[in-house]
Amino acid sequence: MPGLEDLYREIILDHYRSPRNRGELPTPPAHAETGFNPLCGDEITLYVQVDDGRLADVKLTGQGCSISQSSASMMSTAVKGLSVDEARAVIRRFKSMMSIHESRLDGGGEGDGGDEDAEAANVKLGDLEALQGVVKFPVRIKCATLAWNTLTQALDAVGASSQQPPG
Amino acid sequence: MALDVATIKKDFPILERTVHDKRLVYLDSAASSQKPLSVLRAMDAYYETTNANVHRGVYAIAEEATRLYEKARTDVARFMGAGSAAEVVFTKNVTEAINLVAYSWGRTNLAAGDVVVLTEMEHHANLVPWLALKAERGIEIRYIPVDGQGFLDMTRLDEALDGAKLLGVTSVSNVLGTMNPIPRLAEAAHAAGALILVDGAQHAPHMPLDISALGCDFFGLTGHKMLGPTGIGVLWARADLLEAMPPFLCGGEMIRDVRLDGFSTNDVPWKFEAGTPPIAEAVGLSAAVEYLEALGMDEVREHERSLTAYALDALRGAHPDLVVHGPPAADDRGGVISLQYRDVHPHDLSQVLDQAGVCVRAGHHCAKPLMRRLGVSATARASFSVYNDEADVDVLVSALADADALFSL
Ligand SMILES: Cc1ncc(COP(=O)(O)O)c(C=O)c1O
Repeated sequence: MPGLEDLYREIILDHYRSPRNRGELPTPPAHAETGFNPLCGDEITLYVQVDDGRLADVKLTGQGCSISQSSASMMSTAVKGLSVDEARAVIRRFKSMMSIHESRLDGGGEGDGGDEDAEAANVKLGDLEALQGVVKFPVRIKCATLAWNTLTQALDAVGASSQQPPG
Repeated sequence: MALDVATIKKDFPILERTVHDKRLVYLDSAASSQKPLSVLRAMDAYYETTNANVHRGVYAIAEEATRLYEKARTDVARFMGAGSAAEVVFTKNVTEAINLVAYSWGRTNLAAGDVVVLTEMEHHANLVPWLALKAERGIEIRYIPVDGQGFLDMTRLDEALDGAKLLGVTSVSNVLGTMNPIPRLAEAAHAAGALILVDGAQHAPHMPLDISALGCDFFGLTGHKMLGPTGIGVLWARADLLEAMPPFLCGGEMIRDVRLDGFSTNDVPWKFEAGTPPIAEAVGLSAAVEYLEALGMDEVREHERSLTAYALDALRGAHPDLVVHGPPAADDRGGVISLQYRDVHPHDLSQVLDQAGVCVRAGHHCAKPLMRRLGVSATARASFSVYNDEADVDVLVSALADADALFSL
């Protein structure tokens, strides 16, 4: 029987109480992306500024539960300064940590938990490992992944616009 | 006579189980109620002894099944105070009941620019079908605002209703608990030449219902919130309206004759019941309304009112900084208490309460516009039914302190 201490690890509560990288960035040059958790109304707006293929700055606003907000805060510190490819690897690594359980629950799911690529497998999640306990509380997985899905959307949008022919 | 809750609890087998080694304290009946043994037994007995399709076979058990299904309609009509069972249409739930009105009556009677009046406290079930008509046809939707205490602001009611074709309103708010003055709203709607549709999802399970006294034109309810099974709801509508409305879903059951070039429809209410209906569920709903009638709906209301009053006092006494949305007095509200506890997010709150065996709902309760009006993204909601007592409330109150310990800043 998982207990609350599996879910609410001290580092999670710390990020919840003192969220990092809170705020907005001017758009443009930054890109803003808003994600919703339709189940519970949690909402997050992510600002990413990509310069020369790097996440030069990341900020976020929004409201939600301790899991969604701390996950967002921890994500922002983890990906800030990384290249877009590195950030995507962290996203894949984090999502696979969350989806092992998710895909089992969904009776198969997308199956992207198993064939995790080598690059993502080498990523060290550090503090983010604290969120591992969330998989024991399946309804909360969507809270933990909200910011990460939003970041994927933001990076996709930035990638699409940077592929436009110049001028 | 006051309800004997200790005895009632024994009728609900699920209340004997534990979660996380704690007694199950079920405070989420506004989302879906638990079911008494009599409902479970009636459904089992139907499958064990009677199961057959309805309105078809001439053999004995088919006839019995048809009789049970139609008895359910008569039981529900009596429970609602409806003049005739022919005004009772079985649907899947109240959402389908409202969609039936929006598709059948709405698409016959509403054109671009026509006005439907709703309220800011509606459940998505009574918002989205009309928003879809707005997107499809360009109808206009006006909203009766909710005031600071969670009541409908009636001051500009006549203005809102001016020229309207329909007023759609919930009888009891699933978030605020507010009991809306349906007879007065019906009178105002009719004076303006509009019909009134009442979402009765949170009314039917908790207080006396007398359709004729309410003065409404359409009334929807949903079985699983009133001690009945999932998969069955009711649309009640005035007979003349049902007669004039075209069918919603089409197929078997709802026809009188079918030729290769067309069809004619069955009589009401069967005109609106396409396909094999939820027969066992109707039998279960029948047992549920009999259970409620045996308790007495006046007694049910008084029990939930006094339990709500007890809960409001206990919560405010133990946790002075707790915010309860909606009308301050239990007299003005159903057994629904939406809470904001300091900065603790409702999700986290309900997770902590779950560890104490307490089931409350956290989220937007399918009322996102109301959440925006309240300036919150979610609330934690405790809601009561006939099987809850003061001991259940006490567990809630003391479990809130655990949340405080974990999340205090
Ligand atoms: C006021 C109100 N209307 C409509 C509904 C929808 O009920 P159902 O999902 O059974 O159609 C609910 C419950 O969720 C409700 O509380």
